Amino acid sequence: MTSLRIEKHPVLSFPERRTVKFYFEGKEYQGFEGEPIAAALHAAGIKTLRHSPQKNRARGFFCAIGRCSSCIMKVDGQINTMTCITPLKEGMQVKMQKGHGYIKP
Amino acid sequence: MSRNTEVFVIGGGPAGLSAAHVAAKLGAKTLLVDDSARVGGQLIKQTHRFFGSSNRDAGIRGITIADKLQQDIKDVAARLTVLENTAAVGFYHNKEAGILSQNAYERVTYQAAIVCTGATENSLTFENNDLPGIYGAGGVQTLMNVHGIRPGQKILMVGSGNIGLIVSYQLIQAGVEVVGLVEGMPTIGGYLVHASKIRRLGVPIHTSHTILKALGTDGVEGAVLCRVDEKFQPVPNTEFEIKCDCICLAVGLTPLIDLFQQAQCRMVHVGELGGLVPLHDSSMRTTNPDIFVAGDASGIEEATTAILAGRIAGARAYEAVHGKSAEADAIVAEAREELRTLRSGSTGERIRWGRERVLKEAGEC
Repeated sequence: MTSLRIEKHPVLSFPERRTVKFYFEGKEYQGFEGEPIAAALHAAGIKTLRHSPQKNRARGFFCAIGRCSSCIMKVDGQINTMTCITPLKEGMQVKMQKGHGYIKP
Repeated sequence: MSRNTEVFVIGGGPAGLSAAHVAAKLGAKTLLVDDSARVGGQLIKQTHRFFGSSNRDAGIRGITIADKLQQDIKDVAARLTVLENTAAVGFYHNKEAGILSQNAYERVTYQAAIVCTGATENSLTFENNDLPGIYGAGGVQTLMNVHGIRPGQKILMVGSGNIGLIVSYQLIQAGVEVVGLVEGMPTIGGYLVHASKIRRLGVPIHTSHTILKALGTDGVEGAVLCRVDEKFQPVPNTEFEIKCDCICLAVGLTPLIDLFQQAQCRMVHVGELGGLVPLHDSSMRTTNPDIFVAGDASGIEEATTAILAGRIAGARAYEAVHGKSAEADAIVAEAREELRTLRSGSTGERIRWGRERVLKEAGEC
């Protein structure tokens, strides 16, 4: 499968960015520092980001601007993180959250 | 903590940036908040050239207009504060609002507010429409034109308005195969110049067709399309399958109106403008006299008209604080004339009807 990263574009150019390591469900992946977590996952071919709490339907990237909640995940222990607008950092631990997630009282 | 401002602008898209620029330039102390990481609104992902008018941004790409607006506000930095990553979360009585940034909450007291919250994308009802791999056209543009990532290898486009046509072309530019474009109406919705561009590249446009279902379990593997009759009902035995790994929905936008409802502005439903919009007069003032509106939140249109309506709202909000001004009048008169030209002709017909209805209901027309 060819990469989803755009290498050549007639109008746009994408600046070189630092490659960082991160973890999805414990497995190591690479992405660009500062790009949204969901974008890095998408480029790595991961499309299911969580499952719906009631019917357990797969949920993925959708609005890309922090409106729709489709991409909320558990990031470094923080549940309900909007991964489409949260910048990727070195060593981040990204997990699919179960249901609505749980906050310790 | 609390902040005090004369003009409070919510939303840093083309309408909000223009409104804040005009208000600050005329002399009002202005605060602009935007919930995204950088202002520019949806222009930052629009690589196509705008038609615009001859004296405003015709032939310029959306991304260039965003740069220009971002530059403009730097010229008035002495009077304009811009807070990015900051969302307006509510209006209270006594000209107070709440804003939330990172994890800090603040109160804002203002004398006039201009709400430019834009719009949200519509979805479409069909089986499996929640599968990962089904995106709004805005989401696709963000992924592709801001982050440099293709949504997939093969995409089906639903909707042949200008957004569907333009984003199809952008997808091809990014190296994605557009397997087809589906349109429920018997004719193409957008400009023929855009449709011809993608047709020449071999994209089939299926008018009088709809999508019945998306195929796949954890992601899109294809779609089932069928013909529809003149009442948009599926015609039996016309189903066919099309292979794709993602689907893009370009089926319209709905104004984002929560804040107007909180501020107790009277709303009106105008189909031509995308749904419920706040009633407003030709100064872009809502029925709450302290609150103005501009851009898609006042009715779905496009960036050039949003800029012009933003300029009107900015000038009138300045006057609401500082009193009548000949300079503000001149800005309003110029913007109104440009709007009249942009909305003239057959393509502006629906918008004109919608706009006239809002003005009529607001008691002005």
